[in-house]
Amino acid sequence: MTEPATDPTQEPPDGPLIVDARGERCPMPVIRLARLVRDLPPGEAPVTVRVLATDPAAASDVPAWCRMRGQRFVGAQAQADHTAYVVEVTPTPAAAGR
Amino acid sequence: MARDTLVAAVSAGWADPARLHAEGRTARALLDRSREVIASGLGVRPAEVSLLPSGPTALERALDGVRYAARRRGARTVASAVEHSAVLVPARARAARADDPRLLAEVPVDALGRVDLEAWESALAAPGTVVAALQSANGEVGTRQPLEEAHAVARAHGIPLVVDAMAGLGRDAVPEHFDVLVGDARSWGGPPLGVLVVREGVRWQWSGARADVEYGRTDVSPWVPLALAAAEAWQQARATTVEDEALTRSLVGAVREAAAGVPDTVVVGDPDDRLPHVVTFSSLYVDGEALVGALDQHGYAVASGSACTSSTLEPSHVLAAMGVLTHGNVRVTLPLPAVSPSVEADVADLCAVLAPTVARVRSELGVGDL
Repeated sequence: MTEPATDPTQEPPDGPLIVDARGERCPMPVIRLARLVRDLPPGEAPVTVRVLATDPAAASDVPAWCRMRGQRFVGAQAQADHTAYVVEVTPTPAAAGR
Repeated sequence: MARDTLVAAVSAGWADPARLHAEGRTARALLDRSREVIASGLGVRPAEVSLLPSGPTALERALDGVRYAARRRGARTVASAVEHSAVLVPARARAARADDPRLLAEVPVDALGRVDLEAWESALAAPGTVVAALQSANGEVGTRQPLEEAHAVARAHGIPLVVDAMAGLGRDAVPEHFDVLVGDARSWGGPPLGVLVVREGVRWQWSGARADVEYGRTDVSPWVPLALAAAEAWQQARATTVEDEALTRSLVGAVREAAAGVPDTVVVGDPDDRLPHVVTFSSLYVDGEALVGALDQHGYAVASGSACTSSTLEPSHVLAAMGVLTHGNVRVTLPLPAVSPSVEADVADLCAVLAPTVARVRSELGVGDL
């Protein structure tokens, strides 16, 4: 589960999208994830999003959001000072909001 | 109901039941009578019943007594992950002090909050296990636990089962499958008073016992008026339980239906095998604090398991263990109809305001379009 701690903001340009919600309390991490997904250009291919959070509620709430919105929760990775939640989202209009 | 009873009880039973003067003997007789009423309601003998200052105190004591009596065989506790904090917090602290995480096994639950019986069995089979704790039903989400099966497994391993019935006594069937039982008179409309039942033959001992107080299970004699008020409330609640259960069950069904109709909202807990009077749901993108405040403005006193409403900023351990949405959480506990005669009309109003209230909170938070 644990991968080497790296600076998550230094992902390569073609790497996963990042929601940096470290230091923010629930329900902000999930709101920011939902906003990012809503604003994605329409497409068929799944996009990987990493949600970085320190709020303990994110451990339940990110997977719960995925289940409620028909998205795929890939897993959680414990980092030195936060947790990274990996989500695979499909930015079709149906999945991106109503 | 509880207030009038308590006022009358203070007049009748104010004296110290340990004294031999006339008032003291009257108080002793009232305490004995109260204990008999509670014991008979629970289907146990009066000497198996001790009255403690609060339900959580009684619950912590219940486990301490089993562990102390078994201290030569081990010290390991098995409890479901959704037990009351009075079970989990001291047990975690004990494991941390001993630097031995095996001293507590928290058995996982499914998405409805029901304990995983296979995991329960393998946790009880681990060496050094001396006590098991399982609630009759969860007070936050209402789901009942499989007590009969869990007790059979504990018995097969020779481990006493402590059942926490604080959420359901007076509102739901009295548990039959336990070795030690804990209740709180508040659940049946009485004052705060812990009830600790240790079945005859169960190896139980409290290290701080003074033999003359409550059969050696506490060092504080109960205040007789509280015991009397608790017993009186039990008799009143029992007289209405059957009708009460049918009515509250249908009202909770109405709230569940109304909540399920709110967009992006999950209703939590078992829809059928549950306490009759508790309903919990979570709405995406809102904080529980805002939702509780908005419903309070409508005159509804509801609770929340969301992190933002707790002093520790941790979400409810029950919702987290179930893996359900913890934010935007609201818990509605319906009062006894005898206490609140307008409950039917109130619930109908609550159902009508739920969706507009959630929508208003969402638009205030700028998340209405997500």
